[in-house]
Amino acid sequence: MARIELRDVAKRYGSVEVLRNIDLEIQDGEFIVLVGPSGCGKSTLLRMVAGLEPISSGEFLIDGERMNDVRPRDRDIAMVFQSYALYPHMDVARNMGFSMEIRKDPVAERKSKVAQAARTLGLTNLTDRLPKALSGGQRQRVAMGRAIIRDPRAFLFDEPLSNLDAALRVEMRLEIARLHQQLSATMIYVTHDQVEALTLADRIVVLNGGDIQQVGSPLELYERPANKFVAQFIGSPTMNVVPVVGTETGVTAGNGTEIKLQDELRTAQAKELGVRPEHIDVVDNGTGDLSAVADVVEHLGSDTNIYVNVEGIGSMMVRKHGNIPVKPGERLGLRIQTENAHLFAKDGTALRRVA
Amino acid sequence: MSATQNRHPAMVLGKYAALAFYLIFALFPLYWLLKIGLTPDELIYSEGTRLFPSEVTFSNFTTVIFQTDFVAYFRNSLVVSLGAAFFTTLFAAGAGYAFSRFVFKGKRIVIAIMLVTQMFPLLMIIAPIYKIVAELGLLNSLISLIVVYTAFNIPFATFLMQSFFDGIPKDLEDAAMMDGCSRFQALCKVVFPLTLPGLGATLGFVFTAAWSELLFALMLISKNDAMTFPVGLLTFVSKFSVDWGQMMAAGVLALIPSCLFFIFIQRYLVQGLTSGAVKG
Ligand SMILES: Nc1ncnc2c1ncn2[C@@H]1O[C@H](COP(=O)(O)OP(=O)(O)OP(=O)(O)O)[C@@H](O)[C@H]1O
Ligand SMILES: [Mg+2]
Repeated sequence: MARIELRDVAKRYGSVEVLRNIDLEIQDGEFIVLVGPSGCGKSTLLRMVAGLEPISSGEFLIDGERMNDVRPRDRDIAMVFQSYALYPHMDVARNMGFSMEIRKDPVAERKSKVAQAARTLGLTNLTDRLPKALSGGQRQRVAMGRAIIRDPRAFLFDEPLSNLDAALRVEMRLEIARLHQQLSATMIYVTHDQVEALTLADRIVVLNGGDIQQVGSPLELYERPANKFVAQFIGSPTMNVVPVVGTETGVTAGNGTEIKLQDELRTAQAKELGVRPEHIDVVDNGTGDLSAVADVVEHLGSDTNIYVNVEGIGSMMVRKHGNIPVKPGERLGLRIQTENAHLFAKDGTALRRVA
Repeated sequence: MSATQNRHPAMVLGKYAALAFYLIFALFPLYWLLKIGLTPDELIYSEGTRLFPSEVTFSNFTTVIFQTDFVAYFRNSLVVSLGAAFFTTLFAAGAGYAFSRFVFKGKRIVIAIMLVTQMFPLLMIIAPIYKIVAELGLLNSLISLIVVYTAFNIPFATFLMQSFFDGIPKDLEDAAMMDGCSRFQALCKVVFPLTLPGLGATLGFVFTAAWSELLFALMLISKNDAMTFPVGLLTFVSKFSVDWGQMMAAGVLALIPSCLFFIFIQRYLVQGLTSGAVKG
């Protein structure tokens, strides 16, 4: 159990600043997911919390205690590596019990804990195998077992599922969610996967280029992104963003098409309009806000993705629930659900918007 | 690659023929060594080129072992080679680990200097080395050879060890440290067992190099009781004749430790100890 605080933390490699102004307070038992594009510093942040990477400046606290210079072994934090990092010369049981071996816990206690963890993770029959004789999913579970056996103050996960196939990924995701409920331990989880982030997180931290862009619950980030980056990063498929000019009554898009907006949304600062694909309705040709031509239509069964060319604006994407009978080349009208639209200023920050 | 693949019989035959040819080619000198060692002295010149001698004797071997200083040379060589192999590997492992894992000032310069030491022909530095050793009063001692061999083998051995450490994922040490190890414990419990192939290769490399080194041994050792085996072999060459039979017998005996050493370390040389550590 641990409350983790980062106060104005930064990380520099020589003159290169990889992370800056990181302020984050993680509550006891909270599940925090770190997302961001490749190279934005997610792993670095995680490794600083683990103690594997020195903190260049700022303060790092666990339960109010300054931990900047505490060695990894004394932080009582467990980490699951993206590469699993199983000890190749030790069998599964020894891999899982290694931390207790190092702590010189009684052998009987270690054995029973290993057996229990193996049972939880469905590894009972594999405890005397070497890692090289395991499948990817089994290795992943051993790596998890190694972490949970210690009953640490906090867990760190660095893209633990990224090497697994889709089905196993779903299974392990549920496993992790269950684990979090069971242990109610503080967890920090790095992922590239939208679904993992949105389903597991209590709060998501969006990083970009070494800065925190926004911290919030999955729904908050989806409904009220703080800026264009978050808006486009969270949510799949990606939000459509169209350059516009703010007017008295709404906005005007490139070719002069006017889109009327509610009073609260009208602002002259608006430079871009953001609409998620699921917030555009397909209507009869000639009606609606925009007229478009269907380009590619993808039928996913539960949903239909329609890539459209909008006159004077360019390509956009529309996603509708169910099977929509649209053919490529067909002319359509599009109506924007303005109550779900976003407006961005010149620098990309989101302008006020009613939920 | 897989052995279970169906291949044309002619291909298989060709493969084995090539292997057999290679083996015969590589092993023939060794056979010749053994053959001459087993040929009685009086037959060496009369049937020198026959593939099998008409008569076989162990007298060369018994003479070498019981009537020459061979055993002493042998022991000296063993001391020198094992000493050099041990110290070289110890230092090279430490330095290789540092080069592989740490970032520090001057790392590139140290590496460059180590490379430079490998560029000089040994003949160029033999005189200065002689002078240093003489002034230290270490001439005719085995210690001088151990020190010199260690010094000369460290750069290459360090690069060898570094490449082995580079092959061990850094995540493993990080994981060990998360599991409660200090860096040193992580080194002993995780890295060291995985480096055994590297240590074996380095030991074997230095051991054989030291075992057969002649130049420095000849320069620094002149007293009979401190001679190493390669120098001792030269005593079979006298002004008027070469005692081929005994020389070859001594050569065969000298191969034994190298063979034993490699049999002993070969299981550590087998690759694949780290497989299963990371995704893949
Ligand atoms: N030793 C180092 N020296 C200099 N720069 C480094 C070093 N290690 C990492 N970086 C830089 O720090 C930045 C953040 O790296 P990090 O591994 O944290 O990214 P990440 O968000 O985890 O990316 P990914 O999603 O690809 O794993 C990268 O731009 C990287 O180039
Ligand atoms: Mg990463």
